Amino acid sequence: MSKISVEEVARIARLARIGLTADETATMAEEIGRILTFVDQLQKVDIAGVEPTDQVTGLTDVWREDEVRPSPPREQLLAGAPAQKNGYIVVKRVLNG
Amino acid sequence: MAKSADLTRPIAELAAEVQAGKLSAAELAEASLARIRETREFHTTLELNPDAVKEAAAVDARIKAGEHLPLAGIPYAAKDNYLTASTHTTAASHMLEPFQASYESPVIERLRAAGAVLVAKTNLDAFAHGTSTENSDFGPTKNPHDPTRVPGGSSGGSAASVALGQVTFAIGSDTGGSIRQPAALCGVVGLKPTYGLSPRTGVVAMASSADCMGPLTRSVGDAARVLDVIAGRHPGDATTIERDPESYVVTSGNLAGLKIGLIKEYLGEGLEPEVKTQLLALAELLKKHGAYVEEVSVPATEQALAAYYILVPAEVSSNLARYDGVRYGYSSAHAQSLEDTYFRSREEGFGPEAKRRIMIGTYVLSSGYYDAYYKRAQKVRTRLIEQFDAAFKHYDLLLGPTSPSPAFKIGAKAGDPLALYLEDVMTVAANLVGIPAISIPFGEVNRLPVGLQLMAPQRAERRLLAAASATESLIAHTKGGARA
Repeated sequence: MSKISVEEVARIARLARIGLTADETATMAEEIGRILTFVDQLQKVDIAGVEPTDQVTGLTDVWREDEVRPSPPREQLLAGAPAQKNGYIVVKRVLNG
Repeated sequence: MAKSADLTRPIAELAAEVQAGKLSAAELAEASLARIRETREFHTTLELNPDAVKEAAAVDARIKAGEHLPLAGIPYAAKDNYLTASTHTTAASHMLEPFQASYESPVIERLRAAGAVLVAKTNLDAFAHGTSTENSDFGPTKNPHDPTRVPGGSSGGSAASVALGQVTFAIGSDTGGSIRQPAALCGVVGLKPTYGLSPRTGVVAMASSADCMGPLTRSVGDAARVLDVIAGRHPGDATTIERDPESYVVTSGNLAGLKIGLIKEYLGEGLEPEVKTQLLALAELLKKHGAYVEEVSVPATEQALAAYYILVPAEVSSNLARYDGVRYGYSSAHAQSLEDTYFRSREEGFGPEAKRRIMIGTYVLSSGYYDAYYKRAQKVRTRLIEQFDAAFKHYDLLLGPTSPSPAFKIGAKAGDPLALYLEDVMTVAANLVGIPAISIPFGEVNRLPVGLQLMAPQRAERRLLAAASATESLIAHTKGGARA
């Protein structure tokens, strides 16, 4: 039995905003199940009293001066947007009615 | 090709000749483009820089105007996850197929300032997710030593390009071995610096707590010369660290008295016996030249890959959330609503491996699983760091193979994500610990190159490069001796 159900995979896909077909969902359940079985070996490590690591070089609170700096022109930054109008990014309608 | 424009020559020689006016940067750029065309069947590059010769001419003009440039006219290739002004950037994914960056990676800017000339963008596993370059949405790169085999990954195009002499060096990114493993499989040198030594900004993000930018070269000396240019803090990446005030180009490497720990866990099950035999022979050779080498146990390395495949997908799922079909990149033409734009653009734009990693990452970060998976993996990461710190109290450097075996056949591991993940079993620890590591070619198994890996404490690049350079000379000398 897989470590993760097809229903759970469908739930995760919704959270991640990824469309999956029924076939893909089934394959994904099987593959993710195998990977989760592999990572189960972490249960063997004694982690009592150990703090989690987020950052490896010990840097904290890196500051810089709050100053105005040049930025690329708006047109250039917007050039990659799939749809734009009057200097705005265009998206599909969110509210109906 | 004229001998002088042979791109396999050391950077120091080529740059000196360009600086002295004996060779021109334009000539080198043309030689590079010609070599790429001659060897195009290996599919190392995704796009040539249309301005390469023009940019090279600008370098020639700067030299004439009196500038002294450390990488004068040296042609190089950049992995196609580096943002560049003169070409597109795809990360080898359909998601970014129509993408033109609006700013450049500081690594690219620093290389240009030093006189290097960007000639091409190289192939990779899409979004740098992979160990074979087979996950590229534009087709695999072939290994220069055997075109039926993979070049490793994810910087496979960069490694193969250097091995083929298309460019003098290439740059790649290494999140779990993506510079070192392809370097090993293609028979070149690959350097992953200390976390934060070279800026990540302007490179398509994979896992921000582990991504490192570094060079792939034909020699340790060349790697040091490139590192010397790209290292140092940058305001665009708050995690960058101060560079060493001294040059990274360390010419005198001495093995005598050096204490080297051979990581025991990397010599066990899964390591191809012939790789082990050759590595142990090399350890003996290092001893004969005055180094003190013995086996050391770093037990948490056995769980490093498992921790990596929780932490990295978690960060991947977060970093790839920006691909929403709205701001840039691929956008589905079939979407009916804004939410549908997200679902369909991500469904159609991402390949299977990116989806798999986003899914695993979302799962281990989701409510109810966070402590059991993500937080536990972060604590195992701490354990690993503690054990490396302890090992470095006794040893100057740690040694092991880069990869358990030489290059495998294209397609041999298709459909088995876990088998491909295992390719990185010896390289991920350096990323989780944040230490520098270098792969250098040291032998052949069935006429395919294999690499050894040396690791040093954080910020000890000079020590690492000096020892790697001495080891490289020893290997070259031994091979020369055997042939004579």
